Amino acid sequence: MSTVMKTATHRTADPLLIDGVEYQSRLLVGTGKYKDMEETRLAIEASGAEIITVAIRRTNLGQKADEPNLLEVLPPDRYTYLPNTAGCYSAEDAVRTCRLARELLDGHNLVKLEVLGDEKTLFPDITQTLSAAETLIADGFRVMVYTNDDPIIARRLEEMGCVAVMPLAAPIGSGLGIRNPYNILTIVENAGVPILVDAGVGCASDAAIAMELGCDGVLMNTAIAGARDPVLMASAMRKAIEAGRESFLAGRIPKKRFASASSPVEREGFFRKGSCKTRAAIIYGALQRLWRVSSIESLLSVLSG
Amino acid sequence: MDLIINGKPEQLPDGITAAQLIEQLGLAGQRLAIEVNREIVPRSALTGYTFKPGDRIEIVRAIGGGAR
Repeated sequence: MSTVMKTATHRTADPLLIDGVEYQSRLLVGTGKYKDMEETRLAIEASGAEIITVAIRRTNLGQKADEPNLLEVLPPDRYTYLPNTAGCYSAEDAVRTCRLARELLDGHNLVKLEVLGDEKTLFPDITQTLSAAETLIADGFRVMVYTNDDPIIARRLEEMGCVAVMPLAAPIGSGLGIRNPYNILTIVENAGVPILVDAGVGCASDAAIAMELGCDGVLMNTAIAGARDPVLMASAMRKAIEAGRESFLAGRIPKKRFASASSPVEREGFFRKGSCKTRAAIIYGALQRLWRVSSIESLLSVLSG
Repeated sequence: MDLIINGKPEQLPDGITAAQLIEQLGLAGQRLAIEVNREIVPRSALTGYTFKPGDRIEIVRAIGGGAR
């Protein structure tokens, strides 16, 4: 088997495994903040994401529901819906939201739990998060949990039975990138469940860095929906996630302080030594390849036009 | 009968069922979840469920979200 084929096989055999289900894409996307449903659909298709987050909100009463329904534009048989508790500031509200989502989605029990602490930072309220996680897990939910980049809390959430832990890279919607790569790395190293960076990614290189740290995936919304061209950014993010994952799997070179030449260093090299005849032969060979000719005669005819 | 639907005071005829309410609101056939006084009313129970005065009803749906 060739190296290329091995690589290809390796890539397809590298699914993201969440709660026993395999996903080919390691990019998870939110469905908020887009201009309209069509832009939402196009961006999510370009992202290649299989798991999409949705919010649960009150139905508008007394208004004609003319705008297309999210569930029609992004059918739940094609995408894995991940209802999230975005906007909940207490464990009780988060648990209620998850139960409504389960009813709404016919018993679907994979949820994203987030309980926020305040509106300025949107940092998670960890005590409420722990409390909600406990209730939800006891109630049969499979919980993917948003948390801060604290390795101790990440481990605690895993021990409680969360199926994935999702530390923030930076505040939600800030686009600041990975502010604390060493904590993310420690969380990844300690973990037995998937670790996904959730929140704070601003551009494609941020996503690649998260993957190079060994994260299992990245969840984002604003970085795509808020870009000048969301569909193009969705495509960029897809590639960054794939590139970052391959870079992680390939194993980077160690960082060194001084140079190390990439061409072989030989004392008998072309520019150091060798006869005039050798040089002429090398130049002739190069010209032959350039013009795809096989003899001196045809070479001369090419040169003379 | 006075009750609260999605935070707003509303008047409904006595004996109306949850299924009839959804019909009346023009929401029939949509994917919804209903909570009455913080308890979910399963879809299968909607036709037989009747409200009491003062009930707090929440009708929710899935929308684009998950803004990070």
